[in-house]
Amino acid sequence: MLSRLIDSLVVLFGVVTLVFFLSAVVPGDPVDVMLGEHAASADREALRAALGLDRPLLTRWADYVIGLGEGDLGQSLVHARPVAGLIAERLPATLSMAAAAFGVVLLIAFPLGTLAAQYRGGAVDRAASLFALLGQSIPNFWLGPMLVLLFSVSLGWLPVSGNESPASLILPALTLGTSLAAISMRMLRASLLEVAGQDYLRTARAKGLGRLQALYRHALPNALLPVVTLLGLQLGALLSGAVITEVVFAWPGIGSLLIDAIRQRDYPVIQGVVLVIAVTYVLINLATDLLLQWLDPRIRSGGAPIQ
Amino acid sequence: MRLSVLLLGAWVVMALAGQLLPIAPDRILLQDLFAPPLQGGHLLGTDELGRSLGERLLAGAGVSLLVALVSVGLSSVIGTVIGTVAGYLGGWWDRVISRLIDIFLAFPGLLLAIALAAFLGPGIDNVVIALSVMGWVGYARLARNQVLSLRQREHVLAAVALGRRTPDIMRLHLLPLMLAPLLVEASYGVASAVIAEAGLSFLGLGVQPPQASWGAMIREGVRYLLVAPHLVLVPGLMLSLVVLSANRLGDGLRDRLDVTSRSRR
Repeated sequence: MLSRLIDSLVVLFGVVTLVFFLSAVVPGDPVDVMLGEHAASADREALRAALGLDRPLLTRWADYVIGLGEGDLGQSLVHARPVAGLIAERLPATLSMAAAAFGVVLLIAFPLGTLAAQYRGGAVDRAASLFALLGQSIPNFWLGPMLVLLFSVSLGWLPVSGNESPASLILPALTLGTSLAAISMRMLRASLLEVAGQDYLRTARAKGLGRLQALYRHALPNALLPVVTLLGLQLGALLSGAVITEVVFAWPGIGSLLIDAIRQRDYPVIQGVVLVIAVTYVLINLATDLLLQWLDPRIRSGGAPIQ
Repeated sequence: MRLSVLLLGAWVVMALAGQLLPIAPDRILLQDLFAPPLQGGHLLGTDELGRSLGERLLAGAGVSLLVALVSVGLSSVIGTVIGTVAGYLGGWWDRVISRLIDIFLAFPGLLLAIALAAFLGPGIDNVVIALSVMGWVGYARLARNQVLSLRQREHVLAAVALGRRTPDIMRLHLLPLMLAPLLVEASYGVASAVIAEAGLSFLGLGVQPPQASWGAMIREGVRYLLVAPHLVLVPGLMLSLVVLSANRLGDGLRDRLDVTSRSRR
């Protein structure tokens, strides 16, 4: 337990360091970008000093880490505002899209996964495995425009982009959630089928429990464990998938903030957004581990964790 | 699986055709704007600048194949070496490398590649670098886990007892047994590299205009979704088919290699 927390701290520290040193790979210097190549060298030096870029890399890194401790993600080069404020403004839009996508995942993966396992080899199962294959292979930046073409243009049911009404959340959520729904569905099906072959389930059937009762009362709770792990792992992936989905739907979240910042070479904002997503991901994974310990007594008592 | 191999073969042929045939994917023909498919001498129609969609598709196939092969090649070799070292030497090597793997795994999906491409600047070489930096971790983790279970095998212990040098043991006694799972991982790797290259190009971080890439074609075509949906439809379909086939190939290889190991037992 304690070692898991220490591991997470080490990883967080590493993530911060890696994100900081990303700026060191920039060919040239942010000042060249800001002032153009033909600026007078005195101006460059002045700006470099003002931004603190004339100090050694390690000093800047230490300052960056200390600043983060105080919640300071630096100043945007373009907006002349704290990066933390910019991100805080955009975060709710991203979170609502990720939450809606997570809803899509649950709504698709659970019914489809249990039905596919229940009627293994049947029509539902085959449809589910086709969905799994397509969902994992179709990139979301293509799925998005195709859904727009179908539901907004041809059928006229849903708005094309923006986030004015709740209905405008549907297509982005579908776009973002489909691939995760496909993976989770496949995982749940496989996990259910594995549990279904175990002794205690045969005992439950022998006691006279019906097939369905045995499946839902005894198999599902145990089959959920690997799915919880996966969902935890993928929740962070939703945040990074949101970057592309936000661009597709002109969604005003941190993903479009990131892409705008990249276009304007606003390095502190890029670092800030990347850091926020990565740190959230690490924290979600930690929370998932703790949740699993609570769900599974075998892990809690230090026994063999199930795969 | 046979169909997947066939489709992947078609991808390679398209990429080669794009290099060998006398095509001009960047040639602008303003009199032929938005020509629909199957009309006016353009099999798949033309885009908003009158450029042939079919020719751009061939050129894009080359970009995705090149990026996929080079980045998967680089990341699998680097990852396997690092993971083997961690798994075999153990101790501090393992502790440091495992932490490093954890740190890289903390960047979900494309995030690290997007960040790297953002700092390195656009361009095909930077896409390859970004994807390799993102990709080595999977192979490293796989190789480490494989080596951990393999290093207690009797033939390895025998080689150690005979005093073989560590690099020789890794190369001759460990690597051959790791090839099958690495091959499976690499075919999934091709799928994710193709998606990632297209994704970066879609975001404007990959191949730069006027050069064609499937992702960039989708990016440019989305603006004309209402007038000329085929500009988005066709490259997306190609992209999905290639990714689907690579995923299927991975599934097929995994099942097949698994079956042989079971029958040997």
